[in-house]
Amino acid sequence: ALIQENCWDTVDRRDRVVRRRMATSAVFILDLKGNVIISRNYRGDIEMSVIEKFMPLVVEKEDEGVHSPIITHHGVSYVFIKHMNVYLVSISKKNTNVALVLSYLYKAVEVFCEYFKDLEEESVRDNFVCIFELFDEMMDFGYPQTTESKILQEFITQEGHRLEVAPRPPMAVTNAVSWRSEGIKYRKNEVFLDVIESVNMLANASGTVLRSEIVGSIRMRVVLSGMPELRLGLNDKVIFQQAGQGGRRTGGAAKGVELEDVKFHQCVRLSRFDAERTISFIPPDGEFELMSYRLTTQVKPLIWVEAVVEKYRGRVEYMVKAKSQFKRQSIANHVEVIIPVPSDADSPKFKTSVGSVKYVPELNSFVWTIRSFPGGREYLMRAHFSLPSIHSEEVEGKPPISVKFEIPYYTTSGLQVRYLKIIEKSGYQALPWVRYVTQNGDYQMRMQ
Amino acid sequence: MTDSKYFTTTKKGEIFELKTELNSDKKEKKREAVKKVIASMTVGKDVSALFPDVINCMQTDNVELKKLVYLYLMNYAKSQPDMAIMAVNTFVKDCEDPNPLIRALAVRTMGCIRVEKITEYLCEPLRKCMKDEDPYVRKTAAVCVAKLYDMNPQLVEEQGFVELLNDLLSDANPMVVANAVAALSEINEAKPLIEVNSQMVNKLLTALNECTEWGQVFILDALSGYAPRDEREAQNICERISPRLAHANAAVVLSTVKVLMKLIEMLPADSEFIASLTKKLAPPMVTLLSAEPEIQYVALRNINLIVQKRPDILKQEMKVFFVKYNDPIYVKMEKLDVMIRLAQQSNIAQVLSELKEYATEVDVDFVRKSVRAIGRCAIKVEQSAERCVATLLELIQTKVNYVVQEAVVVIKDIFRKYPNRYESIISTLCENLDTLDEPEARASMIWIIGEYAERIDNADELLESFVDGFHDENTQVQLQLLTSVVKLFLKRPTDTQQLVQRVLSLATQDSDNPDLRDRGYIYWRLLSADPAAAKQVVLAEKPLISEETDLLEPSLLDQLVCHIGSLASVYHKPPSSFVDNTKAPLRQLAPNAAALATNGSSSGDMDSAPGLIGVPAPSGGAVPSQDTLIADLLQLDMNPMGGSSAAAPAAPVAAPGGGLDDLLGLGGGAPSYGAAPAAPMADPLAAWGAAPAPPAAAGGGLNDLFGLGGGGGGMGGVMGGVQGFQTPKTQWLDAASHKGLQLEGAVVRKNGAIYMEMAITNKAMQPLSDFAIQFNKNSFGLVPAQPLHIAAPVFPNQTTQVSLRLDTNGPVQKMDPLANVQIAMKNNVDVFYFATVVPMLVYFAEDGMMEKREFLELWKEIPEANEQQFTIMNNRGLSADDICSKLQANNVFTVARRSVDGQELLYHSIKYTNKIVVLSELKMEITGAPTLTLSLKSRHVTALANLNEMYQQIFDN
Repeated sequence: ALIQENCWDTVDRRDRVVRRRMATSAVFILDLKGNVIISRNYRGDIEMSVIEKFMPLVVEKEDEGVHSPIITHHGVSYVFIKHMNVYLVSISKKNTNVALVLSYLYKAVEVFCEYFKDLEEESVRDNFVCIFELFDEMMDFGYPQTTESKILQEFITQEGHRLEVAPRPPMAVTNAVSWRSEGIKYRKNEVFLDVIESVNMLANASGTVLRSEIVGSIRMRVVLSGMPELRLGLNDKVIFQQAGQGGRRTGGAAKGVELEDVKFHQCVRLSRFDAERTISFIPPDGEFELMSYRLTTQVKPLIWVEAVVEKYRGRVEYMVKAKSQFKRQSIANHVEVIIPVPSDADSPKFKTSVGSVKYVPELNSFVWTIRSFPGGREYLMRAHFSLPSIHSEEVEGKPPISVKFEIPYYTTSGLQVRYLKIIEKSGYQALPWVRYVTQNGDYQMRMQ
Repeated sequence: MTDSKYFTTTKKGEIFELKTELNSDKKEKKREAVKKVIASMTVGKDVSALFPDVINCMQTDNVELKKLVYLYLMNYAKSQPDMAIMAVNTFVKDCEDPNPLIRALAVRTMGCIRVEKITEYLCEPLRKCMKDEDPYVRKTAAVCVAKLYDMNPQLVEEQGFVELLNDLLSDANPMVVANAVAALSEINEAKPLIEVNSQMVNKLLTALNECTEWGQVFILDALSGYAPRDEREAQNICERISPRLAHANAAVVLSTVKVLMKLIEMLPADSEFIASLTKKLAPPMVTLLSAEPEIQYVALRNINLIVQKRPDILKQEMKVFFVKYNDPIYVKMEKLDVMIRLAQQSNIAQVLSELKEYATEVDVDFVRKSVRAIGRCAIKVEQSAERCVATLLELIQTKVNYVVQEAVVVIKDIFRKYPNRYESIISTLCENLDTLDEPEARASMIWIIGEYAERIDNADELLESFVDGFHDENTQVQLQLLTSVVKLFLKRPTDTQQLVQRVLSLATQDSDNPDLRDRGYIYWRLLSADPAAAKQVVLAEKPLISEETDLLEPSLLDQLVCHIGSLASVYHKPPSSFVDNTKAPLRQLAPNAAALATNGSSSGDMDSAPGLIGVPAPSGGAVPSQDTLIADLLQLDMNPMGGSSAAAPAAPVAAPGGGLDDLLGLGGGAPSYGAAPAAPMADPLAAWGAAPAPPAAAGGGLNDLFGLGGGGGGMGGVMGGVQGFQTPKTQWLDAASHKGLQLEGAVVRKNGAIYMEMAITNKAMQPLSDFAIQFNKNSFGLVPAQPLHIAAPVFPNQTTQVSLRLDTNGPVQKMDPLANVQIAMKNNVDVFYFATVVPMLVYFAEDGMMEKREFLELWKEIPEANEQQFTIMNNRGLSADDICSKLQANNVFTVARRSVDGQELLYHSIKYTNKIVVLSELKMEITGAPTLTLSLKSRHVTALANLNEMYQQIFDN
């Protein structure tokens, strides 16, 4: 048949054409006003000047009540995040993999932070040569490449730390073990393990717990020579939820710690974990998060706060009760109970037998700080504020009470590290150190 | 002038200084100078003048310096292609450097220098680097092939780079494999050169376990395009990739979910394997909600798709979607959407108490959406309806204006869904009549009053109070008021006759809105002709509204699931709708898009539009009312997130303001532009239907046919024999209703390109500037070839002539009429919308000439049914030669001529820019009779549209 007829058949194929393009066309670092501090054009398919549209677009969207980290304008998609006083923006014309782009931008922030202590306007300007080099190495033609800062630091160095000899790409860049270089040497071999559990809790005004989950994280600081092979054992109670084998939260191991979801650092052999449930890995050097996990708990909220608010003409009074509901041997440190007050409240007066109270006008709240809060206790405090006699027209939101705390040597989940085996061919002995801490995550109680 | 002079001298001084430093003998000084140059470049200063000096620094042992020079090269090579060649030697040399870092750097940079002339020099070094001993060089070379392909696809194919890339898939190094697969995927998208086979899949799966997180994403995305041979293979792939769900990187997780979701489709639905697999999917998705807010947002948009596709996966997880006080607003809104999707009887109590909590927050948009959500719960979960109504009543008691209005709108829907159940609350609603100031809320309330007129004692008084301000109301409210009063009359004819007469005359005599007038007349005639029939029509039983009105259409949903993690999944639109998909041919309409459009055109009528509870932007999918249609046009400009799914703008533009004067001016055509007919999937063109599509200057309706042609348009009449016929300008925007902007224009073809000739007249008091123009998707993909550039502002009472070149490589969507194009024009004052029917002949391509034999074959091949015959008037007594030359000038090419039995037969071919071919035969009596017989044939009948009118115009000019 004729060529022109075929063009209709290609319709479908054409639609598939645009499917998997994932590449970023260019990456920008902007200041808060939207001015470019530094940029890198990866594909040359978009005019770099389109970035001038970015800030006006963000503002325009916000005026329309649309706040989204992804904006498309004239066929150009802007995907962005904000860090301190800079924006990182990726632009593209294609149906990009936004999950990849956003993960990459966050990763880039992480790398820059490790290089320059922090990523902000000033540090970007001060280190532009280094940032250009990193841009070049971390992404090629819009495809993310090496983003391990430890590895990058071996061949891209900052001003002043320039290597005398021309650097060569470290083996690790392309190795299966892309996160650790060979030949690391320490005099003393040690591993520090931190098990940190953050409690996310949401309770409604009538005191019902709507949601309570623990997001745990095992962070490591590895000071080990060579290429050590590590195996981490957790207590028997920890049962990684074997999906597909019976329903969830069914009897069985009633006392076990059922982790609903586990995420591992890329060094952990996932297929091995999947098959044998063992956590084995060659760790990166230095600090990193080995794994994170999540579980929903049925336990009582660790610190429970009730606030009775009485509003009168010209004043408002608070009676706040804080109760620790964990075991008596443990102690919560640095407890802060943050109670919101109307924005026009003034002349605060506080009365409490424990801790100290401070009014923080910029947060529209007062903060009750208790340095040390043992388990099974209950403390009281009262607050009194004056209110203007004229009510403002504006409706104020109802921010919740939030609580900050830290309970050392304690995991809510019951998770414990049983062993950490370290095997290195040189056969050295290395000691693992473990710490546990439970702290607040998003810990909120709605008010009446 | 003096200022700028001063500016250049300083700049010159600076450049000069840098030049000296660059040529310094001291290495250190040289390096500092290059750094300064790069710094200037970074802040946007033009330092291209230093090109040769910087290039001279290229040959150095210092890696840092080399990198900087390369950076400079990438930036300026395009503007100095000839000088860029100077760098080639160094590149070639660097590709042989003993240090792999240098080799890779050279090959990476060379690929980024987008200068055509350089590409040929690139081949040999690239080939070497692809076989380099160091994997770092190989992985860089792999990406370089994609770069080269982007510049010169033919070269890549000829030089066998695709095969080399294919070989790299077997590389021992996982990073090389990952980059090779990324490059191959990109090339394959442009042109399928390598077929992904199971052997390749095996290699990829092996590399998957060992490569970096990004490499894993490349591989997974490549796998998502593979169709396994059988169930076993599909299951095997699932098993091998599912461990990736435990990866800390959100992109890896989402890409894994994408492949799994796709493969699940291949497996038997009730297998144990599927059950276990779907169980594995929920936890990682829930965990994504603890990620950074932007990633949460992407996850939530995708979860929205996943729960539509497979509701089981997350049905137990309602609580994790509860909104946190400090969630960013975009996360809150998305959580709300997912909550409604997951709402069911078992969790409805919790959901409702949450929604009630949200309804008392401060963010207005969030509150509104929460109130609507309560209504949607009522409709979705019947058992909860009572509780929802009670909750809504409580919210109405808050007297917060926007809460009350939203509540009224959703209560109307609840009434629709559960008739005769909750009418007891009507009195409470009536108490709040005064607070309603938004059209939708007013219309809803009026609908309720009309619908339950017999139970509301003072319904007549209430409606009358609205009628008093009839002219100030929004169209939606007017239409509703008209219907409700008629309902009232039919229910209580005795005491409401006066009222109904008043409304009918308001609608028919005092209104200039055609919809309102039409509806008024219909009611009037119905009532006067046959009141019983009127009752049957107006008080007919209404179709039930469905539970979930904003579900994505299944085929779109399936498509989007294949795009999990990408922009398309975030927008809930197919990629083609926002990706610059050049030269895509006409695309078919999904059948239900047309159906949706039908609903859209009857907006404001709550009895017929069964989908009014859809959430507003950004989730889309709601029935496009007039407003959303306009918004859709608007969205091109500023709001891509908002509004309806891609299919929405299919309906004819429903007269937004006076913008369509010229369309309506076409008289005969207008009323027949009803709803777009449904499109059978098989033949995209069949969807075009038979609606006639008169071009802008067709009918006699335009009395100013010759009156406006003054500008750059060039009058067809004068040049008829030489140049193609060009439609004179018509008025697109009138100053009165467009804030002083008067726009006249025409779309014409000249010198082988399509131009939009415009005359912009400023009738406002202030200068008009910042003009920009944008086209909505249209049948031929007509878009501006360049941005609209108007150098100086247009001052009051001034007219500026502009000629804008157009291309036909824009996004395509069938319009009705076929040649209709919706256009948005922006200036410093506002954005204006209008539509114009482009004369079909601008789409006649220059290469439409056909061989005789080809023509004959095609003529025979096309069935009789595809032939249409017309009679054309030869008003000017043209000879056969005249006709041919006139047609030729318009790209209608003479293929053959012959004389038979006193008749002259002329054969012509036309080729549209989208490559559709039309064949024509003109029969002419040698005697010189004033009529000609025109037969048109095309494989796609719709393409014939109104070509006969085109012929007529060509002959008449």
